[in-house]
Amino acid sequence: MAPPKIRLSTTPTPEALAALKLGDIVYLDGLMYTAREGVYMRALEEKANIPMELPQQSAANFHCSPAASINSDGSFTMGAVTATASFRFAKWIGEWFEKSGAKLIVGKGGMSPETYKQHFVPNGAIYLTTVGYGTGALLGRGVENVEAVHWSEELGHAQAMWVLKCTNMGPFIVASDLQGNCLFERENAKIAPGLAKAYEGTRPATLKRYGETDDRTDELI
Amino acid sequence: MIPIDTIQSTAETLMDKAAIEIPQDYLDGLRATAAVEDGDLSSFVLQAMLENYEAAKEDRRAMCGDTGCPRWYVKMGNDARIEGGPVALEHALRLATANATNGVPLRPNRVHPLWRTDHNNNVGINAPEIEYGYEPGENGAQANWIDLTTVHKGGLFGTDYRMLFPSDGIEGIRRFFLDSLVAFGKRGLACQPAIIGIGLGGSKDTCMVLGKRAACLRTVGDRNPDPKIAAIEEEFKELGNSIGMGAMGFVGKSMVIDCHIEVGYCHTGGMQMSVHAFCLSSRRAVARIHADGRVEYRTDPDWFTPYQRRETVGWLDQLEAAE
Repeated sequence: MAPPKIRLSTTPTPEALAALKLGDIVYLDGLMYTAREGVYMRALEEKANIPMELPQQSAANFHCSPAASINSDGSFTMGAVTATASFRFAKWIGEWFEKSGAKLIVGKGGMSPETYKQHFVPNGAIYLTTVGYGTGALLGRGVENVEAVHWSEELGHAQAMWVLKCTNMGPFIVASDLQGNCLFERENAKIAPGLAKAYEGTRPATLKRYGETDDRTDELI
Repeated sequence: MIPIDTIQSTAETLMDKAAIEIPQDYLDGLRATAAVEDGDLSSFVLQAMLENYEAAKEDRRAMCGDTGCPRWYVKMGNDARIEGGPVALEHALRLATANATNGVPLRPNRVHPLWRTDHNNNVGINAPEIEYGYEPGENGAQANWIDLTTVHKGGLFGTDYRMLFPSDGIEGIRRFFLDSLVAFGKRGLACQPAIIGIGLGGSKDTCMVLGKRAACLRTVGDRNPDPKIAAIEEEFKELGNSIGMGAMGFVGKSMVIDCHIEVGYCHTGGMQMSVHAFCLSSRRAVARIHADGRVEYRTDPDWFTPYQRRETVGWLDQLEAAE
C-alpha cells in the first residue's frame, strides 16, 4: 500500500506538524536554506551573523549542498539536489535550534532517537529524510529558483548557505514525529529478529579489532 | 597518434553522461529488484529512484546531487600513442573534470582534507584519481586506441577492509560481507541496493583497488571466469538480499543488485578482504578513442579481460597454457 502524500510549508504550523506520522511522504513549499558543518561552525563557533531572518523566512534547514554553479554574471545554474548524512551534525543541532527556530530538519538518514528526544521534541521540530538515496533530479525540479547564496567565498560552494525557493519539492519521508519517535529505529527493530538466520554459516574473524572490545588492555588474538 | 583535443572533448562528454544517464545494466538490475520487493517503504524508494533516472535524462540534470568523487580509468592499447604524451593526457582529464563540474553542473566535492580548501571544480592534490591499464592487441593485431572510463562513485559509507587468515575460510568471508552490509545498510547509508565489489588477497592497497574495481568496472550480470568464484558471487547476492533489509534500511529484500569478486595473489599467511558498494547512482561511462579520431561510447568498461587477470609470468605463456 502506497504511503500518503502531504504538501507542507517550510514555515509549518504546529498543527500541520502534529498531523504528520512516521513514513508519510511530504512535498515542501516555501524557502529552505542549506546549512551543514560549514554554516554551523561559522554561525555557532565563530558567531557570525546569520544572513537571513530565521525562522520567519524559513524554518527548514536542509543538510545539503546542491550540484549547482554560480555563473560569472552572479546568476545560478541549479542541477541536482541531494542531502548529506545528518547524524554527523548532532553536536551542533541543539544550539542551532535555539538560534534558528527551525521546525524542519531535512537531510539523509535521520538522527538518533536520543537527539530527537533531547533537541527536536522540546523545539517542536521533526525530521524529514530524502529518499533513495538520492532523488537528486526530482528534488532539483522542485527548486523554482535560487534566492541567494551566502558565505560561498568563505566556505566554498559545497558548504555555502544556499537559499532555495521550493515548489512541491519532494519526495521526503517523515522520519521523526513531534513525540520523538524514530522511523529508522522502528524499521531496525523489525529487521533485528531475522539477523541471526542470515548469520548462520559464518564465524567471527580470528584477529579482532579494537571496537569489538573496548578494553585496550585486551589482546586481539 | 590519438589527438589530445579529442581526448578532452570526449572526457567532458563522459563526465556529462556518467552523471546523467544510469547505465542500462544497472537499470535492468534495479527493475528486477523492484519487481520482487514487497516492503511498502522499500518499494516506494525504488519507484522514486526509477522516476528519478527518467527525470535526470529528460532535464539533462545530474541524477544525484552528491557527485561523489569523479575518477578516471585509462586503458591503453599496447600500440597507442597520445599526442603530447601521458602528461598531456592527464592535463586533459583534469581540465575535463573541472569544466564539467561547472558545465553539468556537478557538486564540487573535493576539498583539502585538513584545510577544507575548495577549488569548486573537483580538482586538487591527487584528485581526480587517474589509474591505468594496458591491453595487447587481439591475435597479433595492433591495439591503437585508448579506453577512457569515468566513475563517479559516491560514498563515505559502505566500504571496509579487514585482514582475514586462511583459517577464517569462507565462513569468515561471509561474516565480513554481512557485517559490511548490515553496518552501512542501516538507514541506507550505503545508498543500497548496490553493486557490491569484493577484493580478496593482494596486499592491503591492491585488495582495496581490486574490490573497488570489482564494484565499479564490472556490469550487472557479469560473472568471474573462475566457476567457483562465480558461485560465491551468486551465493552472496542471494545472502545479501535475505537479511530482511531493503532500500534506506527499511524492511525489505533489496540490498544487492549484484556481487562481483576479484582476487589477487597474496601472502601465504593472509587473506585480505575489502567490501565496496557502488550505489543507487552507479555512475560510469566509457569511450574508446581510436588513432583516426573515431569515438565509440559505451557503459561497460570491459576492464577485467583475461590479460588483466593473467597469472603467469608472461602473457604468451598464459595463452599457450589455455590451448
